[in-house]
Amino acid sequence: MAYEKVNEINLKDTELRLGLPGTEQVKEEQEVSCVRSNKRQYQSDNEEASTPPTKTQIVGWPPVRSYRKNNNSVSYVKVSMDGAPYLRKIDLKTYKNYPELLKELENMFKFTIGEYSEREGYKGSEVVPTYEDKDGDWMLVGDVPWDMFSSSCKRLRIMKGSDALALDSAL
Amino acid sequence: MNYFPDEVIEHIFDFISSHKDRNSISLVSKSWHKIERCSRKRVFIGNCYAINPERLIERFPSLRSLTLKGKPHFADFNLVPHEWGGFVHPWIVALAKARVGLQELRLKRMVVSDESLELLSRSFASFKSLVLVSCEGFTTDGLASVAANCRHLRELDLQENEIEDHRGQWLNCFPESSTALTSLNFSCLKGETNLAALERLVARSPNLESLKVNRAVPLDALTRLMSCAPQLVDLGVGSYENEPDQESFMKLMAAIKKCTELRSLSGFSEVAPLCLSAFYPICQNLTSLNLSYAAEIQGNHLIRFIQFCKRLQRLWILDSIGDKGLEVVASTCKELQELRVFPSDLHDEEDNDTAVTEIGLVAISAGCPKLHSILYFCKQMTNAALITVAKNCPNFIRFRLCILEPNKPDHTTSQSLDEGFGAIVQACKGLRRLSVSGLLTDKVFLYIGMYAEQLEMLSIAFAGDTDKGMLYVLNGCKKMRKLEIRDSPFGNAALLADVDKYRTMRSLWMSSCEVTLGGCKRLARNAPWLNVEIINENENNDLMERNEEDEREKVDRLYLYRTVVGARKDAPPCVTIL
Repeated sequence: MAYEKVNEINLKDTELRLGLPGTEQVKEEQEVSCVRSNKRQYQSDNEEASTPPTKTQIVGWPPVRSYRKNNNSVSYVKVSMDGAPYLRKIDLKTYKNYPELLKELENMFKFTIGEYSEREGYKGSEVVPTYEDKDGDWMLVGDVPWDMFSSSCKRLRIMKGSDALALDSAL
Repeated sequence: MNYFPDEVIEHIFDFISSHKDRNSISLVSKSWHKIERCSRKRVFIGNCYAINPERLIERFPSLRSLTLKGKPHFADFNLVPHEWGGFVHPWIVALAKARVGLQELRLKRMVVSDESLELLSRSFASFKSLVLVSCEGFTTDGLASVAANCRHLRELDLQENEIEDHRGQWLNCFPESSTALTSLNFSCLKGETNLAALERLVARSPNLESLKVNRAVPLDALTRLMSCAPQLVDLGVGSYENEPDQESFMKLMAAIKKCTELRSLSGFSEVAPLCLSAFYPICQNLTSLNLSYAAEIQGNHLIRFIQFCKRLQRLWILDSIGDKGLEVVASTCKELQELRVFPSDLHDEEDNDTAVTEIGLVAISAGCPKLHSILYFCKQMTNAALITVAKNCPNFIRFRLCILEPNKPDHTTSQSLDEGFGAIVQACKGLRRLSVSGLLTDKVFLYIGMYAEQLEMLSIAFAGDTDKGMLYVLNGCKKMRKLEIRDSPFGNAALLADVDKYRTMRSLWMSSCEVTLGGCKRLARNAPWLNVEIINENENNDLMERNEEDEREKVDRLYLYRTVVGARKDAPPCVTIL
């Protein structure tokens, strides 16, 4: 198993890895999901993600039990809704999948959301749930597999009105 | 002794409880062997595949307490496939069939199913104690059977297991007549529990000494629990990321003050500073403190807390405490025996100013004369520091140092850390467990082989230059039992040099090293009393059918262990037993 020595400069933040952000294990299915991930961008720029010098993630290093790793990952995220005067905090780890999360959001902010489809997003809803991921990009909730979402989501924002439609249709 | 009747000899043996001693007694003579085995109550099996349940029961018919360990240690770090093995079910089936009067079962790194737990709960009328550590494969339904059917259950201790939480009512399943609980730990459960059922259970368990709840138990519930169990000695709390209001805080503090027997505190998967301060009144009584899951709390709050803990013997903490914090520990906790400092920043790896360095380690070694066990994750180390630590603390039994970056040299001299670790093994004559890290050459292993006479377990990662390194260890460490190596350039020459050495060891793990399939095959041929397992996760694994050329192919993961029952039958496709 090859690994490369660390450079002086830590370019980890810009690294394009095959694998979930924040995890060390490279699983086949995660590689596939990464490739499939279609970020819906606001901007029309076609920048590629900056290519990193690869410091390959080493499986099982540092030697910390996965139980501990999972526990230490910060999972409280702020949730805001356009027009609502309050912010909430939720623990993403308490939800197993998107339907559970969306149901909770619906309860919290008193809205109803339409069906999610990969092609059309939340067409027909008055609101659109979006989130900011570790790279700082704003994505549509539901675009990536749940595990990837829950470990990369930094903040949730429920958008209303025309902003929502713009994001939704920017494929 | 031969003139005494058997019952007298048996009575004398009753005073001998250590497994090693009892094993020795059984070797003295045939009659002692028989008396010993018929009276033996507690058996420890470090590798569940070294023997099978039928032979165990045949030898020890009076078995009451069984400890079993399954997966190899590196399974903790995702290096062993999930389906590898370590199933407890056949053991429970056999014990039930033979009507063994089992009372205690302790499992580590084993696969446990709900079916197993159900069978366990129905088969042993006197069952008292279930301890599961790092196990997986079961759900809260299994716990419900144990709660419902084990009428004499005293201890249910679940440590760091992967349990599928059906958010059901397993706590409700303890019958009203169940009042014998002394220990209940469900801290690893992720879902919500029935708080009312929990409170009723605690209220009717006057002998409850240890209670560890999970993160979903809110503060007011904790307060009520502590109020009805002021006799608690060991408490694990939940997750309290929001500051309590004034009233809740006062109630909490009042409840805590009543717990004058409290000696051990853990949990805190998150804790707001004010909440933590509610525990100040009992800090001075604490002998054990685990704050290693509270990732958000800042160093200064930790320091303030620890300043009150003058009697601490065991401390598990995050590196967010910093070197400064460790200096405070060193000046406050003069009774400290065991310290574990875990890394807090596993994901971002930004340059973390508050992580710990060699400075903290030296401070601890200087301030805590009783320290004998340490696990220390840090970002840098020096030989000078290790040499000082060795001089300050010659009493180490366990010394595990993990420098986060592999192959990192002494950051002041850019040299390898051979001399530093050499000093440790030379000074600490009682050292039984060692983990090394950083830049290391074959020389460190020369030192280990020369000086570490009591060493039983050694963990090596990204170290050494040639086969000589591994050979120094195999030849020198007479008491070696478990050797685990990853990403180090040791190959067939070292593996095959002394096959009989593996008779005296429980197991050897080698992953991402230089051993080849050919070497492993040769070993398996020369040592039929070993199970030589090749773990290869990637594709079809008909290794035996491959042609000659593949003998030179490097083996990704090798795990070998002595056994008296030959190749196991439950290996998954990714494991080939040569």
